[in-house]
Amino acid sequence: MCPSEPVKHPEIVPTGLDYVTSVESTEVVSIQENYDLWIDGAPTKPSTNRYFQTVNPATEEALSRVAEGGRKDVQKAVEAARKAYNGAWGKMQKSERAKYLYRIARMLAERSREFAVLETLDGGKPIKESRDFDLPMSSAHFFYYAGWADKLEYAFPGLGTDSIGVVGQIIPWNFPMLMVAWKVAPALAAGNTVVLKPAETTPLSALAFARLTAEAGLPPGTVNIITGDGRTGAELVEHPDVDKVAFTGSTEVGKQIQHRLAGSGKRLTLELGGKAPHIIFDDAPLDQAIEGIVNGIFFNQGHVCCAGSRLLVQESVFDALMDRLKLRLRSLRVGDPLDKNTDVGAINSPAQLDKITRLVEIGQAEGATMYQPPCELPERGYWFTPTLFTGVSQSHRIASEEIFGPVLSIMTFRTPAEAVEKANNTPYGLSAGVWTTKGSRILWMADRLAAGVVWANTYNKFDPGSPFGGYRESGFGREGGRHGLLPYLEGGW
Amino acid sequence: MVSRLEVRKTYKLYIGGNFPRSESGRSYPALDHRGEIAARVAAGTRKDLRMAVRAARSAQSGWAARSGYNRGQILYRVAEMVEDRAAAFNAAIRLFGVGSAGARREVAGSIDRLVWYAGWADKFAQVLGNLNPVSGPFFNISVPEPTGVVGIIAAESSPLLGLVSRLAPVIVSGNTAVVLASEQWPTPAIALAEALATADVPGGVVNILTGPKDGMVPYLSSHLDVNAVDAYGAEPGQMEEIEQAAAGGAKRVVRPPRTKLDWDKAQSPYMIAAFTEIKTVWHPKGL
Amino acid sequence: MSTTVSTALRTSLPDRSLTPKTVASYVGGVTPVDEVGVTERAAALSTRSVKRESKLAALDLAIRMCDLTTLEGRDTPGKVAQLASKAVQPDPTDPGIPSVAALCVYPNLVPYAVEALAGHPVAVASVATYFPSGQAPLEVKIGEVEWAVKAGAGEIDMVINRGAFLSGDYYRVFEETASIKEACGTAHLKVILETGELSTFDNVRRASMLAMEAGADFIKTSTGKVSPAATLPVTLVMLEAIRDFYARTGRPVGMKPAGGISKAKVAIRYLVMLAETLGSDWLTPDRFRFGASSLLNDLLMQIRWIQEGRYQSPDYFTKD
Repeated sequence: MCPSEPVKHPEIVPTGLDYVTSVESTEVVSIQENYDLWIDGAPTKPSTNRYFQTVNPATEEALSRVAEGGRKDVQKAVEAARKAYNGAWGKMQKSERAKYLYRIARMLAERSREFAVLETLDGGKPIKESRDFDLPMSSAHFFYYAGWADKLEYAFPGLGTDSIGVVGQIIPWNFPMLMVAWKVAPALAAGNTVVLKPAETTPLSALAFARLTAEAGLPPGTVNIITGDGRTGAELVEHPDVDKVAFTGSTEVGKQIQHRLAGSGKRLTLELGGKAPHIIFDDAPLDQAIEGIVNGIFFNQGHVCCAGSRLLVQESVFDALMDRLKLRLRSLRVGDPLDKNTDVGAINSPAQLDKITRLVEIGQAEGATMYQPPCELPERGYWFTPTLFTGVSQSHRIASEEIFGPVLSIMTFRTPAEAVEKANNTPYGLSAGVWTTKGSRILWMADRLAAGVVWANTYNKFDPGSPFGGYRESGFGREGGRHGLLPYLEGGW
Repeated sequence: MVSRLEVRKTYKLYIGGNFPRSESGRSYPALDHRGEIAARVAAGTRKDLRMAVRAARSAQSGWAARSGYNRGQILYRVAEMVEDRAAAFNAAIRLFGVGSAGARREVAGSIDRLVWYAGWADKFAQVLGNLNPVSGPFFNISVPEPTGVVGIIAAESSPLLGLVSRLAPVIVSGNTAVVLASEQWPTPAIALAEALATADVPGGVVNILTGPKDGMVPYLSSHLDVNAVDAYGAEPGQMEEIEQAAAGGAKRVVRPPRTKLDWDKAQSPYMIAAFTEIKTVWHPKGL
Repeated sequence: MSTTVSTALRTSLPDRSLTPKTVASYVGGVTPVDEVGVTERAAALSTRSVKRESKLAALDLAIRMCDLTTLEGRDTPGKVAQLASKAVQPDPTDPGIPSVAALCVYPNLVPYAVEALAGHPVAVASVATYFPSGQAPLEVKIGEVEWAVKAGAGEIDMVINRGAFLSGDYYRVFEETASIKEACGTAHLKVILETGELSTFDNVRRASMLAMEAGADFIKTSTGKVSPAATLPVTLVMLEAIRDFYARTGRPVGMKPAGGISKAKVAIRYLVMLAETLGSDWLTPDRFRFGASSLLNDLLMQIRWIQEGRYQSPDYFTKD
């Protein structure tokens, strides 16, 4: 009898209770046929006269047509933001700014179901997650930063409380509404005004948020939303009257933006990719570690920059862990994101599905062993079965490249030092996970892991009050917490 | 009186705790305000830079692992060494035609700055980090950690105070540094290297290169094993080149201040913060 | 102390003799449990949406899994007889409603329960071993078990020796449990850990393993006399222990959360957790029971609400 209690489950098949589908109603949401840009507190037709489709990735059905912003539109949006910065928002008493942010927080909570459904329709994430995570966190983020708006002098003693000006923000498609909150709340709390570009595949919640700010009475121009693809984003980044750029997305695009801004004097913060090590020691609470692993890689279909995508397992517990992990995978429910019992939803776009598929093929070609649980995927829409790879080594592409999908690469290690070495053997440094019952080992590991967030005996935890952001090529600057204000204050990072 | 031939100093590079000549075997003349040769100084190259980064990298984890108290003591010891050699520093500065009052102010300011930062070594984490009150049964703490290896492009105009004001906040948190000294006015930087070498600063924690910056700045900025570039003392006109090079590795770059450089006031815990990464650790609280 | 030992632990420890040291070492090797993670997982499973026909099926199953229980000092033969008829026919107005699994009473009331349930498919369960404290000499406990079995109890709900467990005398816990198992003969043994007194999930998992090694047919959370009694997280820890024990030995062990489960909605959460942890093979009264008294009427009310589409009043359901 070894302490790790090796598990074999010849007969157990976790099933669920023959749940009948329990689909969240979409009646709560009304989606317009067309969405214009949101500039200076009002819908504004794009100068390009072009609109692009946004589709539901679970059904491939078109949801709406959204304006494609061009240079002139960016110009208008930045002008509106400048006007608000020099005027209503910039000159507003800080305590009044705080009250606006509180109001937005409350309104988001009030309409959370509507936004959650919209988020799931547009992005493919399970309603369980948009309902229980994205929306509550979005509201909480505004509530948290609202409190800072009139207390800035206490945040960083001696630094001052000057805002920066007009901030250009570009966000990704994996947490569309939550990223709006992460970007907008601290920027406004510090007194800046905002031009934000949501991702082209998931613009709807940001556009709904724009309307919410109008309903909240936020002065026009304080928050402007311009939709479009990378070209629209480039226009925003390069606009001369943008004082600061905040970007969340891939490391590749982050570097491009850094290139574009070289010598411009614009401030920049980047929240980029990752290939997080998730380390399991042989004294770990195994069943909870399994949940951490599953949550780490299958949460939001693995479309998470801090996904625990490289599992490092101590050799002595490898078999026991793998048995449990495979068993647990069989209970994952993949399918209609609107079904309240869905655990893994749709892949966000055909492009992303291609990327995942390609990397998984590469993983097989590289000789790694693939495991996928029996899984029936819907006929329409973009889907990928939760996937494990064992027999992976550091040199495999599936161990070094960010897949951004429900694919876990599993490696083993023998000693803590080896775990640290493998964990840090990447240009990324966003997050890391460690599971062990030994307290001193946790602190020893936490000291050595090159990662902006270390989850010990837990994974994928977020809080408005807790800073998030990377080391090395995972970017710079922090979002959340007191430190999340620094990118939006003069003299900060 | 018997005439005695003065023994001249050879100004060398400072890499990994040693004082090598440039691998190029070259030196260049640093001119004083009259345009006359004040000193011949090693002309560092990108290969010297490569060696310096290697030395800085291998020293980094050990330096960061030392206690703040220990790093504070060592920085204070550097101040002691500079004070002890004040006359030599004065002379090194005056070589370039600075008056004695100006030189004394530069040296005294540098010593005081070292002392100021020495005191931060075991305190900055308390000011820059904090416990986060999260919703849920979790212990959640954010602490600043050193970014790693930092390249410092030192100011041309303030050869000692300008250098010390940037070096101290970089190394106080546990970073190691590769410094490109003032090209036109390099001798105080070398004097500082000599003080560092006798002040218990472990080899490789500070590496100082003299020589033409044009040949080294691009390689320093693009070096993938340099985690941050301090261009606070650089000329604004250089920034595009530096930032272009740095973007390839999503590297942190600290820019020149928007307001006019004032070295007398250039000290702040936020200058330490600029070369740290906030690490946040979560742990459940439960039975 | 009895030298009787179960063969189960011997199976697990083929090349070692069973001594206080080996048992302690076994207990020390049990995988640790993180409370926060367990609680999160239990909460996540609680968000499962069980509607319409799945819900009806779950409610029906929950009734069949009920150990209808009365464990009061004031219990009388009359009370037991009333409860027995409720057990057989929980809803006199609806013959489609199944009987519960068992009626659970104190030992001295077993003969009355046996009499009242004669000819019905409802089992008689008796608490024993000096329930609820267990603070009695082993011989007394064994005697009580033998008496109850002889009186007709088909199921014995024993309590483990928590004092011994908490003092680190795992060998004694094992030995006592194994002796009781032997005393049960053919009666099924449910081993109550009294998780509220064990206090940590690490202890719960260790005690679960120890109880199963000693021969438990079921492991059970609580006596109902100590708070907290059954909770979803503690049940999850025990279900996972059952899963791992099954994987190692091939012997399926049942689970019985008891105490504090009074709402149908909560009962369904337990069934969700059971199904997603141990699979459909455990979705049977042979392997899962609810120890409850007031749960039954809530299950009936929910069934009626689904059938009739109007919310119900407790006044329309019999209380025995």
